[in-house]
Amino acid sequence: MVVSGIEAELAGLKAGLKKEARRVKLNFDDLKSGGFIKQTQKDLFTVRLRCPGGRVTADRLRVAAEIAERYGRGEVHVSVRQSIEVPYVSYEHFEAIAEALRAIDWSVASCGPRVRVPTACAGCAYNPNGLMDTQSVCAEVDRRYFGTPTGHHKFKISFSGCPIDCFRTREMDLGFQGSAEPVLVEDLCTGCELCVRSCEDFALRMEDGLPVRDADRCNGCGDCIKVCPVDAMVEARRGWLVRAGGKHGKHPIFAYEVANYVSNEDVYSLIEMTLEWYRSNGEGRERLGATFGRLGVEKYIDEVIDPLGLEATRNPEDRRKYKSEGNTYG
Amino acid sequence: MVETRSVERLDLHPDETLDLRGVLCPINFVRTKLTLEEMDEGQVLEVVLDDGEPIRNVPRSVKAEGHRILTVRRLEDDGYRLLIRKQVS
Repeated sequence: MVVSGIEAELAGLKAGLKKEARRVKLNFDDLKSGGFIKQTQKDLFTVRLRCPGGRVTADRLRVAAEIAERYGRGEVHVSVRQSIEVPYVSYEHFEAIAEALRAIDWSVASCGPRVRVPTACAGCAYNPNGLMDTQSVCAEVDRRYFGTPTGHHKFKISFSGCPIDCFRTREMDLGFQGSAEPVLVEDLCTGCELCVRSCEDFALRMEDGLPVRDADRCNGCGDCIKVCPVDAMVEARRGWLVRAGGKHGKHPIFAYEVANYVSNEDVYSLIEMTLEWYRSNGEGRERLGATFGRLGVEKYIDEVIDPLGLEATRNPEDRRKYKSEGNTYG
Repeated sequence: MVETRSVERLDLHPDETLDLRGVLCPINFVRTKLTLEEMDEGQVLEVVLDDGEPIRNVPRSVKAEGHRILTVRRLEDDGYRLLIRKQVS
């Protein structure tokens, strides 16, 4: 029979693969969890290293360079999500590379339907625009959730320290962006107008010698707070603006603003609850944004944001201020 | 009350003056910083800045360096005049 012929051939192929794997001491589980990406060229792979937040110590850089020289073609490629990749590596060297990485407590990145390496900007640690400490939270998120299976598709997380949003939180399954709410201490204000001049969104105007804020225009960048010479403009609150259900790729989805002023501590429970919700509500290989598309983002807000006691963003009008004009196909 | 506070400080006589109209960011801030470095604590520097990027950026950076901005006055040609008191942090 034709079918049994094919089956026999397949069985033979599988046995051959297993033998080959033993020969080069290949761990298929390592391969599946990702980090080794098939290239166009026969037997060659790109090895993606795990670089949360794009932060890499000098020690690790040296090892990456060594791997590139010894097993690749003496060059690396920096991925769009901040990870160092070594191209042109033969699968025969996987075990040696894994060993070299283990020796300095490093590893390859994740692929497939898992939580990917989180990305982050410099954040408030040394960027003057930063409002939140992106790097420390990013490192902890990587430590806790890296590689967690989602049951459906990839899951990307990023952190931007301020509304300039260099880390494109709108294109992530979960994006966290620093946000500050300014409030005026009238008694201290000298009416100098510096805050009005510094606001790029025209959210402040002078009325009777004092700046007045239009909350519908304010995007929480905190520039008015930073510029005020007499500390009359101060922050009422500061935290993470949370965006969910975004993606790029062939069919991009712009994420929804779902919560604001979320604390560092709540970031972790929010990620856990969201992964849980995605696991039980997602279908097949759809991304979180597609699940929202089917069930409505309100269901997610009801079942994840509200139970966590976070400040939910429900009203589409409250989201409008974060949206710019452009080709959105209606 | 707001008025009194500003007027009071406008009377201050600056020890140094920098006209930074036409000077781009971040050179305008660097020149402000270098001038302040040459001054003594408590002395007052007068800086004239263009509207737009300079007035958005320079005062904020000066404040971040720990100096005190005493007054900000809008000029007729759309520029701004700042009085900065040197602070040693």
